[in-house]
Amino acid sequence: MTEAILRQIIDYAHRANPYPLYAELRKTPVYHDADGPFVISRYYDIQSLLHDPRISSDARNLRAPAGGGPLAAEADEETALPPSFLRLDPPEHDRLRRMTNRPFGPPHTPRRVHEMHGELKDIVSGLIDGIDSPDRIDLVDQFSYPFPVTVICRLLGVPREDEARFHSWADIIAASLDPDPGADADERAKVSHNARTELGMYLAGLIEERRKKPGDDMLSQLSTAGGPDGVMTTMEVLSTAALLLIAGHETTVNLITNGMLTLLRNPDVLERLRKDPNLAVPIVEELLRFEPPVQLVPQRTTVADIEVRGVTIPKGASLWLVLAAGNRDPDRFEDPDRFNPDRGDIQHLGFGSGIHSCFGAPLARLEAQLALSELARRLENPRLLEDPPPYRQNAVLRGPRHLPIACDGIRP
Amino acid sequence: MSADGSLDRLKREGRIVVVGASLAGLRAAETLREEGFAGSLTMIGDEPYEPYDRPPLSKQVLLGRATADRTGLPRHRAIDAQWRLGVPATGLDMAARRVRLADGDEVEYDRLLIATGVRARPWPQEDEAELDGVFVLRTRDDADALERSLAQGPRRVLVIGAGFTGSEIASACRERGIAVTVAERADAPLVGALGGVVGEVAAELHRKHGVDLRCGVMVTRLEGDSAGHVRAAHFSDGNTIQADVVVVSLGAQRNTEWLAGSGLGAGPRGIACDAGCRAFDIRGIVTDDIYVAGDVARSPHPLFGYQFLSLEHWGNAVAQAETAAHNMLSDSADRRPHIWVPAFWSSQFGVNIKSVGVPSMGTEILIAQGSRSEHRFTGVYGYQGRVIGAVTFDQTKWLQFYQQLIETTAPFPPAFPTVDRRPEGQQPMPADFPDPSVPTHGPTVTLSGYAPDDRRLTFTPARH
Amino acid sequence: MRLVVDLNRCQGYAQCAFLAPDVFAMHGDESLLYNPEAEEDRREDMARAVAACPVQAITVEANSLDGNPGTDREIGR
Repeated sequence: MTEAILRQIIDYAHRANPYPLYAELRKTPVYHDADGPFVISRYYDIQSLLHDPRISSDARNLRAPAGGGPLAAEADEETALPPSFLRLDPPEHDRLRRMTNRPFGPPHTPRRVHEMHGELKDIVSGLIDGIDSPDRIDLVDQFSYPFPVTVICRLLGVPREDEARFHSWADIIAASLDPDPGADADERAKVSHNARTELGMYLAGLIEERRKKPGDDMLSQLSTAGGPDGVMTTMEVLSTAALLLIAGHETTVNLITNGMLTLLRNPDVLERLRKDPNLAVPIVEELLRFEPPVQLVPQRTTVADIEVRGVTIPKGASLWLVLAAGNRDPDRFEDPDRFNPDRGDIQHLGFGSGIHSCFGAPLARLEAQLALSELARRLENPRLLEDPPPYRQNAVLRGPRHLPIACDGIRP
Repeated sequence: MSADGSLDRLKREGRIVVVGASLAGLRAAETLREEGFAGSLTMIGDEPYEPYDRPPLSKQVLLGRATADRTGLPRHRAIDAQWRLGVPATGLDMAARRVRLADGDEVEYDRLLIATGVRARPWPQEDEAELDGVFVLRTRDDADALERSLAQGPRRVLVIGAGFTGSEIASACRERGIAVTVAERADAPLVGALGGVVGEVAAELHRKHGVDLRCGVMVTRLEGDSAGHVRAAHFSDGNTIQADVVVVSLGAQRNTEWLAGSGLGAGPRGIACDAGCRAFDIRGIVTDDIYVAGDVARSPHPLFGYQFLSLEHWGNAVAQAETAAHNMLSDSADRRPHIWVPAFWSSQFGVNIKSVGVPSMGTEILIAQGSRSEHRFTGVYGYQGRVIGAVTFDQTKWLQFYQQLIETTAPFPPAFPTVDRRPEGQQPMPADFPDPSVPTHGPTVTLSGYAPDDRRLTFTPARH
Repeated sequence: MRLVVDLNRCQGYAQCAFLAPDVFAMHGDESLLYNPEAEEDRREDMARAVAACPVQAITVEANSLDGNPGTDREIGR
């Protein structure tokens, strides 16, 4: 009976609304069949495992390589780079994350994100100004996609004149992470490989330049700044930059697109946001609970036999933590399937928790808050043209591939 | 609701008096109103200030990043109380249900909550304690005075006692570029609370940040100049140091003297109460109308063999106050036990030190994650084959896991590997607590009553 | 605007220090220092910080507490 659930979650047919499947999954809090992963779907279990030092993020601790699993395609994004800190345990994880944080956030760079406020707003305004035909807008292509890539370019210190090239590589790599089943797989792999190589060479060149003449951008500082943890190697900088690009970008696209979709389905909230831009703050938190951009964490394993709700998960097992299912756990949240930004208690799992909690969370929050409040303010009478919209293949980084909307005009 | 309606009447028109207008008193008052108490509420405090938060005093305030007069606690809700501030309570008449105040007033109650907390233990030689430049740090006024004196750029500060507060003071001084000597009677800082294995790391932190740390010594005499300002301190090892500021940080004393002769079970170790926060009288009989919360309380804890714990912990004050307030307005079947798992934090030399459980009960310690030499690690304490406490240095995200081990009385040493286990974490070692008969500068958990047995119990923690 | 952080709950995620850097600061990798009485003009930042705290550890005084002696003046009766 439950056997089919995992397949169904992966199955594209359920992409638009996987939540009934998650509800089914929660009935078997530690779900496991045959060679598949152990799947955890209850809020408190996920919360607890994210803080459990017997859980590893390092693929080398997996008993069997992740071949054959339903998410195999995502697992092997082949690359010559060393693993980023996302796929490492302490102490390497902590060291690389601290070094990456040094030019990004407190204590060493406490104001960078806060001071990006104006720049973020300008980018948002520019993208909305660029909408030429309000009767048919693809919010993904015209807004949610270009916004975070531009932000990452500015953060890393990609020169303005190179932003267009950077965007096209990022688009190809992003598309390869979410393969269209209709496309030619070999051709796609080749194109994606080339894009990765070109992007890698471009970044390596940029790092070289910044080593000679550092600016106050992150790439310069990652390449040169020495703290108690020393300086990153070029490979480490590249791998970190790739992580920031891919992880930071894909998730923000989905957060903004899911956000606008949810608001258009809840016009009363959209109207309130139009009148009060400060409502974006609780709206974004509730979105992170209600439609988290990362639906599940499929990359954990156990370094010991552990017991969860009476089930023994053996050492070396693959573990999936279904954040999106935990976020709708009725044992944790009242009326969990209702989008309600007024709930006082929104301690969601949207950014994970524990040492791997989302590195870019503060930036993603600001981006989404600004994007949604500006869209609400400027789009006149916005409406969905398709509901549900077409989704991307990816079950993990879940979100619409396109979001066709229309409005009566764009307010200044 | 009670059969005879007395509880309803209490809620509607009763009189509740809270003695102690600090964190515990305020949170109790808020809970009383939250739970529907509509009668008269009187808040009595010996300091002339409304409730303020103490932890910032030894951190932000000494660093000059906040001022002592702007540490008032935010209110969760209106409490509509009569405030009697700056007037200490001086006596209790249990039979007449009256609290006597220093100004001669008396306040009658139907229910009384005692949350009088602790005060800094003063320097024992009174004439020396009165020298200019000799400070303690507990209150807003203390912090204000000490900060002003640090701002004048003293040539050297002497901190007597390297417990948490003393260490935080030393840390703040170093951050301000002030020369500091720390004198500690034990072999290392923090040994009373965390033992010698961790104390060694604390000592390294002091020295790395330029503190002149002297362990295993006592200060025998403070010496003043002709103007009555402190200028030197003499040590038990024969040394003398010149210091123009001396901070006495020798732990705390419980504010129970005002209860002498009242018949309540109050003494230097605090006021004994049951798990429901009801005070015991001196005959060991639990009272119906007097409750205790916060640093001044001693209450039995099921996780620690029903030992009476007195905890000088911020979180304990909040949790115990809420439980006491709830129980004051409840019938016996609706009362809750106070079973908060001890937890505290300290911030010193840029390192975040956090602890759960009762490390000082531990006889052994395992460095389960990280490394002491990197000053980032998790230590797990064992007592009679079970996990009894844990401490983290800059590894707080793991702490809740070890709290669960404590709550489920998990076996020690833990039988499983973890990420970031180093060679030093392969075997437990003696935790190296000083002989409990030798006084130290105040572990933040004081144990009294009988020793814990090895009984396993099932403990269902509250979900947060 | 008064605030208090329950530092037992705090796990050093630093979201508050990113979003309201005039009120919250990290001291080392994990320790949080904050101004217990933040300036009124930081209210928007504060709202972001309070909402973003992954462990919901920040309490800010409610805007208006009717009839509550919340100031020194009223208390010094």
